[in-house]
Amino acid sequence: MEKQVEVPPALVQFAQLDKVLNLARANSLWPMTFGLACCAIEMMATGASRFDMARFGCEVFRPSPRQCDLMIVCGTITRKMAPAVITLYDQMPEPKWVLAMGNCAISGGPFNFPGQYSVVEGADKILPVDVYVPGCPPRPEGLLEGILKLEEKLCSGWRRWPVVET
Amino acid sequence: MRMEFVLEIARVVLYVVGILAFVGFNASYLVLLERKGSARFQLRHGPTEVGPFGLIQPVADAVKLLCKQILIPKNVDVILFFMAPILVLLPAILCMVTIPFGATIAARNFNLGLLMVFAFAAFNVFGILIGGWASHNKYANLAAARVVAQNIAYEIPTLLIVVAVVMVTGTFNLQEIVAQQAGGFWRWNILRLDLNPLQPVAFLMYFICLLAETNRAPFDMVEAESELVAGAYTEYSGMTFGVFFMAEYTNIVLGCCVATVLFLGGWQCPFGLVPGPHWFLLKMYALCFTVIWVRWSFPRVQFYNLLNLSWKILIPVSLANIILTALMLKVF
Repeated sequence: MEKQVEVPPALVQFAQLDKVLNLARANSLWPMTFGLACCAIEMMATGASRFDMARFGCEVFRPSPRQCDLMIVCGTITRKMAPAVITLYDQMPEPKWVLAMGNCAISGGPFNFPGQYSVVEGADKILPVDVYVPGCPPRPEGLLEGILKLEEKLCSGWRRWPVVET
Repeated sequence: MRMEFVLEIARVVLYVVGILAFVGFNASYLVLLERKGSARFQLRHGPTEVGPFGLIQPVADAVKLLCKQILIPKNVDVILFFMAPILVLLPAILCMVTIPFGATIAARNFNLGLLMVFAFAAFNVFGILIGGWASHNKYANLAAARVVAQNIAYEIPTLLIVVAVVMVTGTFNLQEIVAQQAGGFWRWNILRLDLNPLQPVAFLMYFICLLAETNRAPFDMVEAESELVAGAYTEYSGMTFGVFFMAEYTNIVLGCCVATVLFLGGWQCPFGLVPGPHWFLLKMYALCFTVIWVRWSFPRVQFYNLLNLSWKILIPVSLANIILTALMLKVF
């Protein structure tokens, strides 16, 4: 496992500039072309015509981690896969965010039982997760809501649309 | 004398700023057009939420890319690594110097304008090769090697087609080539069947070569995401990657400009009315849209099919085109 390098905060902080930068970042979150299990199918559906992530400017799935902002951990992280996932995260340039999609990425999901030896119990055991999207798998609307939540987090509370009442 | 000098300096500054603005505008808004276009071809909407119709999307992307960390991986040749994006973008901007946007709107009216365009446009592949090599990454290296093979294969038919056009027009001067096509769309080089009956075929072949030279799908061997991670750009992050992206679109614009000048009559009106830069831009953007249209309509070709297309079809046909042009010139 590679050592995590701490990125120091900027020496001089500009509040307004940071706001503008974060607004730009929130509106162009490029995810990684990267899927671990069945949740990846839902992620693809989110990019396709019915749900269309492109509306929020985050449909640019980059194949190389060097050009990504957002890592969507969509699926079960097995212990064998964990080093690869961590490497991919380390290869992303700052600033970067992680979205845990589905129950497996949140807690191990159905694979979390006493005596199991093969599954990492949640992406937050190995990565700093920003947003959790529950579901098994979550519907594409769920992933979209997760991305909106991440935008909300980036823009310190500003929200694009009102929360849907249930 | 002094006044002329000042005017000349002002002219140079004006054109440099103008061309850079044109390149920057095209690079950002053609990306948006591409995203919108791809969305429409796939029954989606594309960027809509960032600004009206997603019009601020390129600004958000540019600001984000500018403020993204630039990673320098281990074992990278740093000088070459940072030289590569500049080497790809700069020649494309330089070529814009000779493009006649209107009867009086051209930064320089060269005798050898066409030659200069192709001399500098060939630098594109050099930059990508350096980038792939300096990245110290096997995927980038492989992709760069493939791009070199592809660009060499397509440089030859491009130049052969252009030679045939030059034989017809008798000049390398882009302004004069446009001036010769005045009078209506039947006077454009693409429809000068009296000079060479293969002229529309030549245009089609030039367009195919343009797609391959600018590394656009269905010939996108440089960024082969399905097999080589992100191709030659694998290790580039932040704005270094952004510059590669800009260069790609600048090369498309440049190729479409040259196609417009050589075959579609540049700034001439199809019906002989009000010639001017608006016609040039209209034709050029129509071609750019076609490039995007082709990208989202056709699947990628295999690499050896790509080379077969060039060596077995395009080069023989373009050679035949030259011989036919020469015969027609000699006989009639």
